[in-house]
Amino acid sequence: MKESNRYLLSGNEAVAQAARDAGVGLGTGYPGTPSTEILEHFAKLGGRAQWSPNEKVALEVGLGAAFARGRALVTMKHVGLNVAADPLFTAAYTGVSGALVVVTADDPGMASSQNEQDNRRYAVAAGVPMLEPSDSQECYDFTVAAIDISERWRIPVLLRMTTRVCHSLTVVRRRDVGGPPGAPGFEHDIKGRVMVPANARPAHHRLREKLADILAWNESSGPNRWIERDNTLGIVTSGIAYMHAAEAAPRASMLKLGMAYPLPVETIRRFAGSVDRCIVIEEGDPYLVDAIRAAGITADGKAEMYRFSELSVERVRRILADDESPEPVPPKGKPPALCNTCPHRVAFTALHDLDCIVAGDIGCYTLGALPPFSAMDTCICMGASIGVGLGLRHTLPEDQARRVVSVIGDSTFVHSGITGLVEMVYNPPSTGHVVIILDNGTTAMTGLQEHPGTGRTLDHQPTGKVCYEDLARSLGIRNVHVTDPFANPDEFGILLKAALGASELAVIIARHPCLLAASKIKQYERAAKEQRLCSAVTNTGN
Amino acid sequence: MVKRITNVVFAGLGGQGVLKASDILAQAAFRQGFDVKKSEIHGMSQRGGSVTSDVRFGDEVLSPMVPEGETDYLVVLAPEEVDNNRGRLRDGGVLIKPDDIDATALPHAKSLNVALLGVLSAHLDLPESDWVEAIHAALPEKLHKLNDRAFAIGRSVGNKR
Ligand SMILES: Cc1ncc(C[n+]2csc(CCOP(=O)(O)OP(=O)(O)O)c2C)c(N)n1
Repeated sequence: MKESNRYLLSGNEAVAQAARDAGVGLGTGYPGTPSTEILEHFAKLGGRAQWSPNEKVALEVGLGAAFARGRALVTMKHVGLNVAADPLFTAAYTGVSGALVVVTADDPGMASSQNEQDNRRYAVAAGVPMLEPSDSQECYDFTVAAIDISERWRIPVLLRMTTRVCHSLTVVRRRDVGGPPGAPGFEHDIKGRVMVPANARPAHHRLREKLADILAWNESSGPNRWIERDNTLGIVTSGIAYMHAAEAAPRASMLKLGMAYPLPVETIRRFAGSVDRCIVIEEGDPYLVDAIRAAGITADGKAEMYRFSELSVERVRRILADDESPEPVPPKGKPPALCNTCPHRVAFTALHDLDCIVAGDIGCYTLGALPPFSAMDTCICMGASIGVGLGLRHTLPEDQARRVVSVIGDSTFVHSGITGLVEMVYNPPSTGHVVIILDNGTTAMTGLQEHPGTGRTLDHQPTGKVCYEDLARSLGIRNVHVTDPFANPDEFGILLKAALGASELAVIIARHPCLLAASKIKQYERAAKEQRLCSAVTNTGN
Repeated sequence: MVKRITNVVFAGLGGQGVLKASDILAQAAFRQGFDVKKSEIHGMSQRGGSVTSDVRFGDEVLSPMVPEGETDYLVVLAPEEVDNNRGRLRDGGVLIKPDDIDATALPHAKSLNVALLGVLSAHLDLPESDWVEAIHAALPEKLHKLNDRAFAIGRSVGNKR
């Protein structure tokens, strides 16, 4: 018999579905693997979803919506939360009037990231409750739970996912989920939301009281599962690690934590006391085991070697067997490369030929660091190319300083390159500097998302468009050049050479659409033109 | 009770339709009412690098990743990816690889993924109608006929093995 309420969804799709079912009024975020598909799917389901220029802005917009009694979902990858940390920490003090759910999608193993930071620590540091789903059903259920908790305790809630949970398809059953309890509206609460010291001091106390209350709830009726089996071995676990552990040790008793902050320590104490050996199986940092031991509970953890990369069934088997022998090295596959027809290739060929010192950035173009180009010398975080390039210029001997170039993609420039450009104008190196914006008209790296420089919204509708050359000129940079590296590869090299020779500030915008996006961009532009024509006709009819 | 799970791993290069193939299998198994999990790492896969995708189905699937050496069927789309992934097969597991299919008989080179699914389908106890529905659900209508043919070619190869 085929059941109708049964869906095969990725974790990302399940979060979007739950948000839609719960009447979330606004989804904001910035793309980032593995979180990108949440907002895309939310939009596909008819939800209102927007890409922000970066995660900080996305969280602030979501916070505003939640101050207005709306339900807001804000999505980002793990490093996105570094960018959004500033509003998060103080939003924990102010709390919200509606619901604010912040998704952080961690990437243990770094399938597509520059580090494997463990964002569970953010929940502790900011003081926000954190739910950790282990499959798509829990992505659905915990999104709903996060909204409930956020509304009940008027606090932002962190939904911490990982790559495997985001991208795995598993079976989901939807539920009847109620929409927002009331309509949006504004109530003044100056003491509660204006975080000057006199207001923030009591707000911090209020936050700790809320967390104590949430802890008590988590101990008694939180989304945690105590599965009693054989009492010789008990496993405390959360997130995807639960699935691996349940498969590796089918007879072990399990305490699967759905809400790992505030940590239900007393439940864990009782669980640990009920088994002969208690071991904590967690992916990434020793967050759980450290907290559990700090509470005076005896529990084993994993060896340091298992902090790195993802867990798996075989790695959990090794942890349970205290096996610290070297692990088999997986065979190296073929690494990714810039597409054969990628316009970025022209820039990296020139940077290589001119022996530049390249302060790079993050995007498809980071592949310019690989042979045959080997034309990128640093890559840290989004936007860092400009600041790092300036620091190099300030410090290197002159002959080397003159060869320093900052290279940044278009989406990355809007995300966090603009302030770097301001820094360049404000504190210019004596040798000048050269910034190259690789404008391929899309966020290619994460799967071709729109951004403020494309002039189209998340769902590809025309909107305001940021013009980089106007922006650079408005800052007082005189040498601003726009060139098509594909149509005119020689010109790019000539411009770069001239800019390197001058002791001035220069911005070179290499503009040619990503070949994977080009036909879609044409389609969107055609649709926009037709729309304009249509509205012109109706306007004249008025 | 021993819970029987079928483990299938797909491997190939970005752009070959590895993820599409695993989607189709996951859908076909899902339609039969099985518990299904499908897992892969996508991110840079569009840039031509190695891609693998795991599909597991049965009564109850826990980890979404097929443990090393527990793969029942390894379906490889690129000849150069065979050696990299062979170690994932269990003893007696089945390797399905590009040269199982006469490439010149395929309606289009891009339909290799669906043709190899055809070979796989001959080994699995899933009704042909679910396969066809899953293929149609995963691909735009104008590609249905072509892929139906590719699937049939693969299935007859599989049936002869
Ligand atoms: C703070 C943060 N957010 C998101 C990401 C994920 N990410 C890395 S680069 C990038 C954008 C790349 O777009 P663009 O600069 O236009 O370069 P392209 O890939 O198109 O060449 C994104 C979304 C990240 N690494 N860090």
